[in-house]
Amino acid sequence: MIYSIPFYTVIILILVGMYAMIFRRNLIKMAIGLTIVESAVNLFLVTLGYREGGVAPIYTNLPSGIKIPEGMVLPVPQALTLTSIVIGVAILALMLSLSIMIYRHYGTLDSKKVRRLKE
Amino acid sequence: MNTDWLLQHSPALIIALPLLAAFLMPVVDRISRKARNVFAIIVLIVEEILVLFLAYDVFGGNPHIYTMGAANPLTTVPAQAAVPIRIVLEVDAMGIFMAMISATVCLAAGIYSLAFIEEEKGKGKYYTLLLLILVGMLGMELTGDMFNLFVFLEVLTIACTALIAYRSNTGDAVEGAFKFLIISSIAALFVLFAIALLYAQYDLLNMAALASAIQYSNLDKIALVLLVAAFAMKCGSVPMHFWTPDAYSVAPASITAILVAASQASLYALFRVCFSLYGVTLNLSTIGGALIIFGLLSMFVGVTMALPQKDIKRLMAYHAISQTGYMLLGVGVGLYLLAKPEFSTYGIKAMEGGIFHIINHAMYKGLLFLTSGAIFYRLKTRNLNEMGGLGHSMKWTAIFFIIGALAIAGIPPFNGFASKLLIYEAAYKVSPILSIIAMLVSILTLASFVKVFHSAFMGPKIYDVEEVPKSMLAGMAVLTFVIILFGLFPGWVVGNIVHPAAQALADQAAYIQAVIGG
Repeated sequence: MIYSIPFYTVIILILVGMYAMIFRRNLIKMAIGLTIVESAVNLFLVTLGYREGGVAPIYTNLPSGIKIPEGMVLPVPQALTLTSIVIGVAILALMLSLSIMIYRHYGTLDSKKVRRLKE
Repeated sequence: MNTDWLLQHSPALIIALPLLAAFLMPVVDRISRKARNVFAIIVLIVEEILVLFLAYDVFGGNPHIYTMGAANPLTTVPAQAAVPIRIVLEVDAMGIFMAMISATVCLAAGIYSLAFIEEEKGKGKYYTLLLLILVGMLGMELTGDMFNLFVFLEVLTIACTALIAYRSNTGDAVEGAFKFLIISSIAALFVLFAIALLYAQYDLLNMAALASAIQYSNLDKIALVLLVAAFAMKCGSVPMHFWTPDAYSVAPASITAILVAASQASLYALFRVCFSLYGVTLNLSTIGGALIIFGLLSMFVGVTMALPQKDIKRLMAYHAISQTGYMLLGVGVGLYLLAKPEFSTYGIKAMEGGIFHIINHAMYKGLLFLTSGAIFYRLKTRNLNEMGGLGHSMKWTAIFFIIGALAIAGIPPFNGFASKLLIYEAAYKVSPILSIIAMLVSILTLASFVKVFHSAFMGPKIYDVEEVPKSMLAGMAVLTFVIILFGLFPGWVVGNIVHPAAQALADQAAYIQAVIGG
């Protein structure tokens, strides 16, 4: 049961983030919602990579008594998470800079009022 | 030059060349304006040649496998290796078919951009981002690895967003870019979550290895739903189409032409997931039926929304949705009929129609967007009511527009006719209603392009404008050449290019065999 808590957290975070993106009208809050969803997915990836009693696969720094390779953790989920975090930062930066430009042009961050493209 | 060496390494080179060139671009930009233009065009031409060179070999029947970072990249990862995770590029006929589309459209748009963005600022960054879009598309199309697909999807997203907002001195460009970014980043997170679900069960990221190990558990079905939803969102199929007209209409015209190809890269990823990753044992008629319904809705909603538009690029963007519907219909009918053995020849025919339509659509819709950009270049407006009489002075643009409009409406000597006929024929086997709706949509398409042609090019001479610069005409001519070529020799194209691509998509066993059994 206790091992399932991260997975429930992931589901709750995704729902919270999606709620913010769909129902919040402020563009900054939408960006925050996106970041929350992204953190949830990253948490999911990291949780997948956890093995009880496993150690990092650094051959020169192994504690004694660890079997190679069974005792070590395959670091793929961590690598995926790092990549995803880097991409997420780029997306967030782009989204915030677009928000700044929208504020300059429209004088508001309310998504209901930023609607020049509605035909 | 040793051509064998080049051929072996070309899958990696095709992705590496524009990637390196993109980041060299700011340096070259410092030298001079001319150096930058020459560098961009040379890179795009070399890229096109590399893709065609590889395509010639792949269509000859040799799918290429390239393992990144291996001592010998041509050996695939052995199953008994301790860590069976490597980035594997898998180039089969379908992948290289899509790569041909991307490279050609980018080449045409690159040539077109030389004059088109001459008066704008930040041209060095423009070409950097253009090459990054190309990297994203080619990466998605050539990769055989799920996570790699996600990374290239994000590269594509970031580069596309930045270029949609290129004219950031207007508010609506930024607004369109923001919508595109929200939709794309949600879609990308869906994809990443689906990848995590698959990795959790099988410890695999390679598509072929996943396809051979997949158990069709409930988690797999959730992952399938997430992947299909995400890629359908990105390719602009109907329930999630609303970003398309906004983003397409505000981007510079050359970028819109590329965005069409970028949407199709997502369409490719959708087909790749449905066919190669899940494929055989799924209930084919259900998935096929869903794609048919998506397709019909996209066709009909797209064209009816297009009819009342007054903004020329918005109108064309709605047509892009409608044409995406044809591709989904073709491939959906293909899936539906492949499930019934007695109709399987029609199934392949329908898929050929859908896949042929992908390349046709990229060419004529790219051309139409470029002509709309030519009108914008001279008149500085996208509003149809303010245009008129351009046929007097912009003769070449008018001719290119007619060719594009006739091709999109499916009038015989042009390429749209060939692919639409294949779709009509095969859809008739499922239900005559499908063919009737498809033809009706075609007629409505013609109607709305007659309207555009009339209001933009016909009538008395109102504006005293000149023809657009030569480089823009050259960019449009590249696409027109392909349209006429495909229109005159549809049999050869279907037999030698489209049929292998359809086969490669339908034949999941061969896709797995190429990586696992090698």
